[in-house]
Amino acid sequence: MSVTAPAIPSLPDAQGHFGPFGGRYVPETLMYPLMELEAEYFQAQQDSAFQAELSYYLREFCGRPTPLYFAERLTRDLAGAKIYLKREDLLHTGAHKINNALGQVLLARRMGKTRVIAETGAGQHGVATATVAAMFGLKCVIYMGAVDCERQALNVYRMKMLGAEVVPVHAGQKTLKEAVNEAMRDWVTNVRGTHYILGTAYGAHPYPVMVRNFQRVIGDEARAQILEKEGRLPDLLIACVGGGSNAIGLFYPFLGDPAVRMIGVEAGGEGIRPQKHAARFHGGSLGVLQGTRSYILQDEYGQIQLTHSVSAGLDYAAVGPEHAWLHDQGRVEYGYATDDAALEAFTRLARLEGIIPALESAHAVAECLRRAPEMSKDALIIVNLSGRGDKDVAQAAAKLNLAMPS
Amino acid sequence: MNRIEERFARLRERQQKGLIIYIGAGDPDLEATRQLALAFDRVGVDVLELGVPFSDPLADGLVNQLAAQRGLDAGATPPRVLETVAAIRRESHIPIVLYVYFNLLHRRGVREFIAEAARAGVDGLLVLDLPPEEAGPYEALMSEAGLCPIWLIAPTTPEERIEQIARHARGFIYYVSREGVTGMQSWVSDTIAAMTAKIRAHSSVPIAVGFGISNADQARAVAQHAEAIVVGSAVVNQIAERGRSRDLVPAVAAFVETLARAIKS
Repeated sequence: MSVTAPAIPSLPDAQGHFGPFGGRYVPETLMYPLMELEAEYFQAQQDSAFQAELSYYLREFCGRPTPLYFAERLTRDLAGAKIYLKREDLLHTGAHKINNALGQVLLARRMGKTRVIAETGAGQHGVATATVAAMFGLKCVIYMGAVDCERQALNVYRMKMLGAEVVPVHAGQKTLKEAVNEAMRDWVTNVRGTHYILGTAYGAHPYPVMVRNFQRVIGDEARAQILEKEGRLPDLLIACVGGGSNAIGLFYPFLGDPAVRMIGVEAGGEGIRPQKHAARFHGGSLGVLQGTRSYILQDEYGQIQLTHSVSAGLDYAAVGPEHAWLHDQGRVEYGYATDDAALEAFTRLARLEGIIPALESAHAVAECLRRAPEMSKDALIIVNLSGRGDKDVAQAAAKLNLAMPS
Repeated sequence: MNRIEERFARLRERQQKGLIIYIGAGDPDLEATRQLALAFDRVGVDVLELGVPFSDPLADGLVNQLAAQRGLDAGATPPRVLETVAAIRRESHIPIVLYVYFNLLHRRGVREFIAEAARAGVDGLLVLDLPPEEAGPYEALMSEAGLCPIWLIAPTTPEERIEQIARHARGFIYYVSREGVTGMQSWVSDTIAAMTAKIRAHSSVPIAVGFGISNADQARAVAQHAEAIVVGSAVVNQIAERGRSRDLVPAVAAFVETLARAIKS
């Protein structure tokens, strides 16, 4: 078994298409800036000095590589497959988001931009962006839905402490989608001096491919680690999917290994009924939103539908175009976990393993709770623990009716 | 000949500048939209640019976002907007361009949307987030239906791209005079003269300049560099201020008339 991943079809194409998905659907003002970004990114990707700088900060500042941890008690409890957790929650700032934020801030510096902006849902990408902006002394503005500011208040304070300006967005349903709209409006207005650090494998080309490539470090490490620990590839990979950056980061290096099954887990919210979930592959249809063509939740006229999830990071009406492609190819399965299932997984992982996961990652854990018992004891599962749950503690305590000791 | 092309030919003959007015459909309701369109025709508007409300108007500033929200609340779905266009068309020949986000075409089917728009009496489409690179059969379908595809050129558009876009233009080219979203500005960009000159080097299609023009003085200043000017948010703002009051149509039409006078006298 080779340690490096086998070659896989090279997508996207030159225009950023993954089959019928992806592309670049933006107002004209952004077309040239996106082309410049694309040129700069592909140059940087080939530049060994850039790659060396990126690896240096990933190691010394972020804490890579992250462990591939054998979840012993969880495995015993479920009495099925052997479960490994890819511990992205141990990264600096507490989630995988920093992998991409760091890559993009180095790119922004290379392009001579002095200001960075970002959208954020759960606040983890906002914190990661504020962190790398502080590190390099760049001005930073984060757009965040007003509802998300409330439910992820801890992260709002963190961003402010890091010197970022946090702008609450009051339009629409006041969550991630509206934050993206507002970030794009800022970018279109300040495009000459500002880089938009988009936080997920979504949006206009080159964002989906660029974010995937900055996140593939997760899968590259996991692949080498499982080969070292078990001497073979895993049978199943599980990751939660909002826009889909942690999932594509884990999946991508395994795409050329046909024996490795993969499941992306969307937010099932209160169940698959209009406006009560964010499971784009279970109630969505083909559409164009915020720069790309993919599966989206929309009404009969193409207006974007409201979404719901207990997890702010998965509460989004569209999914990354590469996931849409992998879905249609049948390469990756996409399931969903409801709010209740995610909360149960959240508690269970805390009690069994001493790890409080982010509510987003708890969706992946929930899928693992269902799958592992059906698999044989020598089967191997890797669950991407994309972030830690500190930010969710207050919200989860309220949902779980935890009382303060008196 | 398409009504937009006809109108610009006539303006050229008379050596007059064109006035393009943007409003959001269904703001505050579709009957008001119909009446505003007819009133605009009477006070000298050359093209009506009608925004089809979309839930996520990411190229629009707050004024037009709120107008889109009012339009959605008033039930201005694409089919009902087209019914309104058909109603306007029964009484007026004013050229009409729909300002629309691509997902609304994509959802209906690009071919169907274009055919239905043409049937209702629409003369052109300005699809905000559809660059020529992604247009696919859009252009051929538009041409088949006799509609003008209105393309945008921005201050960030480099020369090779201007040339490429200009080659596809019909009706008019919309020069977005500054980086940013739609909205009123207290100043007029100083890059207009240079950019319109670059566009003219590659195309004889009329140029309309918009984004940020909010009063008669700015209208007059910008009109020197273009065949037409576009005023949107300033008009939408007037509509928002008056809402459903009885003087909505006469008051907004009076404001628009001051703009027409400023560029045509």
